[in-house]
Amino acid sequence: MPSLGADMEYGTLLEWRVGPGDNVKRGDIVAVIDTSKAEIEVEIFQDGVIDQLLVTEGTRVPVGTALATVRAGAGDGAPPPPQASEPIAVTPALQAETQPPAPAETPVPPPPAVPRPPQVHRLRVSPVARRAAEQLGVDLASVAGSGSDGAITKADVERAAEAVAPSVPPATPARAVPESASAPAPAPTPMPPGAAPAEPADRAAAMRLAIGSLMARSKREIPHYYLQTQIDMSRALAWLQEENLRRSVADRLLPSALLLSAVVEAVAAMPAMNGFWIDDAFRPAEGVHLGVAISLRGGGLIAPALHDADHKSLDELMAGLRDLVKRARTGRLRSSEMSDPSITVTNLGEQGVDLVHGVIYPPQVALVGFGGIREQPWAADGMIGARPVVIATLAADHRASDGHAGSRFLTEIDHRLQEPEEL
Amino acid sequence: MNQQELRDVVIRALTDVAPDIDPATIDPVTDLTEQLDIDSMDFLNIVVAVHKQTGIEIPERDYPKLLTLDDAVAYLLAAEQRGAGADA
Repeated sequence: MPSLGADMEYGTLLEWRVGPGDNVKRGDIVAVIDTSKAEIEVEIFQDGVIDQLLVTEGTRVPVGTALATVRAGAGDGAPPPPQASEPIAVTPALQAETQPPAPAETPVPPPPAVPRPPQVHRLRVSPVARRAAEQLGVDLASVAGSGSDGAITKADVERAAEAVAPSVPPATPARAVPESASAPAPAPTPMPPGAAPAEPADRAAAMRLAIGSLMARSKREIPHYYLQTQIDMSRALAWLQEENLRRSVADRLLPSALLLSAVVEAVAAMPAMNGFWIDDAFRPAEGVHLGVAISLRGGGLIAPALHDADHKSLDELMAGLRDLVKRARTGRLRSSEMSDPSITVTNLGEQGVDLVHGVIYPPQVALVGFGGIREQPWAADGMIGARPVVIATLAADHRASDGHAGSRFLTEIDHRLQEPEEL
Repeated sequence: MNQQELRDVVIRALTDVAPDIDPATIDPVTDLTEQLDIDSMDFLNIVVAVHKQTGIEIPERDYPKLLTLDDAVAYLLAAEQRGAGADA
């Protein structure tokens, strides 16, 4: 039973989509499970042949329980290695252990540095990155920058160093939700004793319990700091309106897509906001897997990920968001979407109030909030006029960053929204 | 499409986005977004679904004309009569 979010402790296997002997490819949907929050389609993490189903439909089991065994390797009648039967869909941490040859077993994108065109002009390098390069013995000319205007950041240097020293697995455990495997024992269990193994009768109550447990852990463990800034949205909205005039219904953009895109780009300039706090250390994420907090009909909340958001165009982000919201509210999400957002955005939308101070999803280190876009008095060039304004907030983990970095991050989001055509 | 068919299209689009809605309880003259807790993303999905079913292009500036069930049906009917709809 995979851990689909730090708040998940049990799951019910609703349906098998495969049977013994079936060939499966990585990414295939093999089962549907019910967390206390939603029905989720479980994707398999490896190619192989299903050997045995260990859990029957309708059974509720703790996270980490093996659901089935799968023989590794391609099917097609190739004789399966007899000893290669491995449990699947256990906790991500265990998967990492069972697959030593492929440290990045999930569809991890190459680090953003790699696909960028090589820098042919002078190098833009931050002082911190330069020092790190000296310490780690990295040739800066071989590093592609992911910062603003292609500047090389410290994280770029560290990634380059890791690429040179492959003995360090690229933060795979960090992408998982590791606390399920290594949770400190004294943490109070959120489930009332004795009630845990039973299917909760009331789904809404179960969801409240799950959210409450995770948020309580966040507030207990994460020293939050909060920042906010007002952002003039007149350029962004004017551009959006113009753009939408040209577009057919299905291709139209919403302001949310611009806000998300601005966050993704700002993350590239401030990678300290994108990753996980695990075992007293910050682990930067590979790629930007943007968690989107989606309110569910009838109450409750779920925050699945838009994967590899840093490699998506604005149109792709919008399409992904539309699909994700619809499936979160009506249909089914997929397991990979639930497991590893690296930073989360909560957007109250146009019917929402002015601002939101978010609670960070552990083990992430930052949550960006947007209030409703409102027409407000706005002073510029010695004049006061009315402009559409959004208040952006940041809740960030003080163990991982300081207010100065957070402030630069919010400012970066603002700057991106002033050049919407670049998003 | 006639009025009843258009109404069915809108209701199907609504219940597709918000399956918990009982169509019989929709008040046809109050704002759907408030009544049914529909946000801009849901609304866009509804407009896209209606467009797919009817072929009617609904420009963004006309969204405010679609906020109640009756208004939406009237808007679509008028658009069809103008010949904006695809020939079925």
